[in-house]
Amino acid sequence: MQTLEQTSRRNFMKIAAAASGGLFLGFNWTNSSALPVVVDAKSIAAGSINFNSYLSIGTDNIITIVSPNPEIGQGIKTAFPMVVAEELDADWKQVKTVQGNLDTGIFERQVTGGSGAVPHSWERLRKAGATARHLLVEAAAAKWNVPATELTTENGKVLHKTSGKSASYGELAEAASKLTAPTEVKLKEEKDFKLIGQSVRNVDNHNIATGKPLFGLDFYKEGMLFALIQRPKAFGLKLKSVDSAAAKAMPGIVDVVTFENSVAVVGKSTWQVKKAKDALKIEYEKAAELESTADHNRIFTQLMDNGEATVRRKDGDVDAAFKGAAKVIKAEYQCPFLPHSPLEPMNFFAHVREDGVELVGPTQTPERARTEVAKLTGIAPEIITVEITRQGGGFGRRLSADFVIEAAHVSKLVKAPVKVVWTREDDMTGGTYRPAVRYRFEAALDKNGTMIGYKLRGVGMNSGNSTREDNFPSGSVDNLLIDSVEHKSPITTGPWRAPITNFLAYAEQSFLDEVAEAAGKDPVAFRLELLEKAKKSPVNAIKYDVDRMIAVIKLAAEKSNWGKKKGVFQGFSVYFSHRSYVAQVGEIVMQKGKPVLKNVIAAVDCGIVINQSGSLQQVRGGVVDGLGHAMYGNMTFKDGAPDQSNFNGFRLIRMNEIPEVDVHFVNNGISPTGLGEPALPPAGGAMANAFYKATKQRLRNQPFVNEEVFKGIS
Amino acid sequence: MALFKLSINNRAYDADVERDTPLLWVLRDNLGLVGTKYGCGIAQCGACTVHLDGKAVRSCVLPVSAVGKAKVTTIEGLSEKGDHPVQKAWDEVDVAQCGYCQAGQIMTAAALLKEKPKPTDEEIVSTMSGNICRCGTYHRIREAVKVAASKTN
Repeated sequence: MQTLEQTSRRNFMKIAAAASGGLFLGFNWTNSSALPVVVDAKSIAAGSINFNSYLSIGTDNIITIVSPNPEIGQGIKTAFPMVVAEELDADWKQVKTVQGNLDTGIFERQVTGGSGAVPHSWERLRKAGATARHLLVEAAAAKWNVPATELTTENGKVLHKTSGKSASYGELAEAASKLTAPTEVKLKEEKDFKLIGQSVRNVDNHNIATGKPLFGLDFYKEGMLFALIQRPKAFGLKLKSVDSAAAKAMPGIVDVVTFENSVAVVGKSTWQVKKAKDALKIEYEKAAELESTADHNRIFTQLMDNGEATVRRKDGDVDAAFKGAAKVIKAEYQCPFLPHSPLEPMNFFAHVREDGVELVGPTQTPERARTEVAKLTGIAPEIITVEITRQGGGFGRRLSADFVIEAAHVSKLVKAPVKVVWTREDDMTGGTYRPAVRYRFEAALDKNGTMIGYKLRGVGMNSGNSTREDNFPSGSVDNLLIDSVEHKSPITTGPWRAPITNFLAYAEQSFLDEVAEAAGKDPVAFRLELLEKAKKSPVNAIKYDVDRMIAVIKLAAEKSNWGKKKGVFQGFSVYFSHRSYVAQVGEIVMQKGKPVLKNVIAAVDCGIVINQSGSLQQVRGGVVDGLGHAMYGNMTFKDGAPDQSNFNGFRLIRMNEIPEVDVHFVNNGISPTGLGEPALPPAGGAMANAFYKATKQRLRNQPFVNEEVFKGIS
Repeated sequence: MALFKLSINNRAYDADVERDTPLLWVLRDNLGLVGTKYGCGIAQCGACTVHLDGKAVRSCVLPVSAVGKAKVTTIEGLSEKGDHPVQKAWDEVDVAQCGYCQAGQIMTAAALLKEKPKPTDEEIVSTMSGNICRCGTYHRIREAVKVAASKTN
């Protein structure tokens, strides 16, 4: 357990000073069953006690809560305090959120990834708010000498209706801070929520719209130098020699340093450093295969038939099922590598000194960043600080620590505070891509059109397990085999928003459409039939909730008026990922003989919706992202080097290319699950299946625009 | 290196930089006006959009030597209190996810409304399609431009 003497102290002091006394409530992020305790502000400031995170209510009525998880556009910095404020019955206008810095003694799972922050913290946040409310009520009861049961709370006030008395939380904060926190506290029932489920605007809207320095790239510190790094231009090359004489002689350049396969140019401004970097003369030599996209296609074919596959799931007897099948359907789907393209490119500030390291910047995994820098520098993690800035997108790219390690490396070598900046080209060609994958699906139907056998093989480039073996349709088919083969490529890969499922969902949902058609069944009815089977007699273990999946399917079908619209070609898709369920219907209409995706209707079950506004946009944004990359995203290679290096060659979806996205949330009162990822995976399938209805052509490869049938259309 | 006298947000600034330095980097590195964002450096994404004599330009490809006497407006100077109709609409519609592209989106929208206070839907879409939002907030950007237009006389 850390104390305030360590990393969080500076941040806390700022707020403690602002709040100038009042109620400070420590609460435990590491254990949802532990209850908050009242913490004396003076002893916190003196660093004399251990505490966990806190909520403070100042005598000025300002309620402050630290939001520990990195904000990358998923809305956590707004959603977290909403949950606390709900149980507290606070006046939302008086709530302030502060981004917490890395503190493993206080926070657990200080990560943005896997759509996991809300499910992790839901109970903790509610208890913190409810405990503070309880203490304020007790303080008022003592002050007015009335039973606490006669008191109510609303909008940051305690009220005594019989006498007409009322007191603001700020007025009661001092007295409340002298009470002992209760060991048990009652949480609200969902029907009593006033703030949760409303539309609340992003807490940083004003700062964003007025250009305040919020992001890592905006960070500046007196004496800070800028660095750009030349990395090998192809995957599989290593550094042979560097001639930096010309670069060093250029204006504003302080130093050129080399480490591993990187050459860092360090100087006084980004532009000067960029020009000097272009003047470097570097020779490389081959260290591994220099793979091209043509090689990948050959490798896919070879491994699909002859690769050594790892079995991920095996139910029943697939061979027998396929032998006895009335009909067999088989199809292959493929996707390319993809860069993440967050609009704020990678960057990080590091100042490595003998007595510690200061790190500042955009990272989804601050703890990993610190661990890696400790390893690199030999400096103890306890004296390495990580300040988390707002982040211009992440999409999984900032889960890696490579760009933080680099910054520390450069700072260590030049013995100065340095911010390493990646140009867009550096960012796009710098690796950790979404892996390229090819899938082969096979289905066996009996004479009634029932799917009696199902096979999936995934072959991926550095993809690990490219399947999700316990997802639908597993559990609904008696005989099933899912396996995967991995090719180890020099091209680096990493998690990309909705890892694996960002492509698998489309391929699977498109293939199931092919099977439904072969079975002569409606795509929605076919899926429901499989789910009924999984519900009545599940085949071995499954990881999804059948009823919740059925519910989103039915809701999407109802809201889209499935199968009943004239002149509209509808495609269905449904997927479970990151604990949430999303069904989507894509709607294509023919305009001047061309199929145009006009609408996407999405039905979403993420449990209780905390913030309607943020959640609606998260779904729309996920659909736009999923469609955009399915349609246009393409990264190809020649001799190990990416062919695309900026947004002129790598196409991102734009406003004139989006469909309308109509979002419907299932209201089932279940504790909330994540939403950063789940809306993305089904989008490609909804589009591809609608496209088939309109054109009788299957889209089996991404990006869709490169498919033969698409040429001349878009 | 050369000394450039710039008029930015109705204030005079001096910048001692090389002639070919893009205005974007002068704003960000030399003058501390970091509201204008770097996204691509090749005028593809629009994150760096500023106004030059009221017109939207991409500051990442505009050499500082080409600015001359033109008046530069950045997001920091669009309004004194952050209450330009476009800025207010961005809050009202709750546009931003990560927020990184939004300064450029706002500057593009503000320039459009200055030239055409009541743009058609097509004009909004065709103008705003020059700016990339990686989070996919396009629906709300479109809506916010309409809201701002409805409140501009």
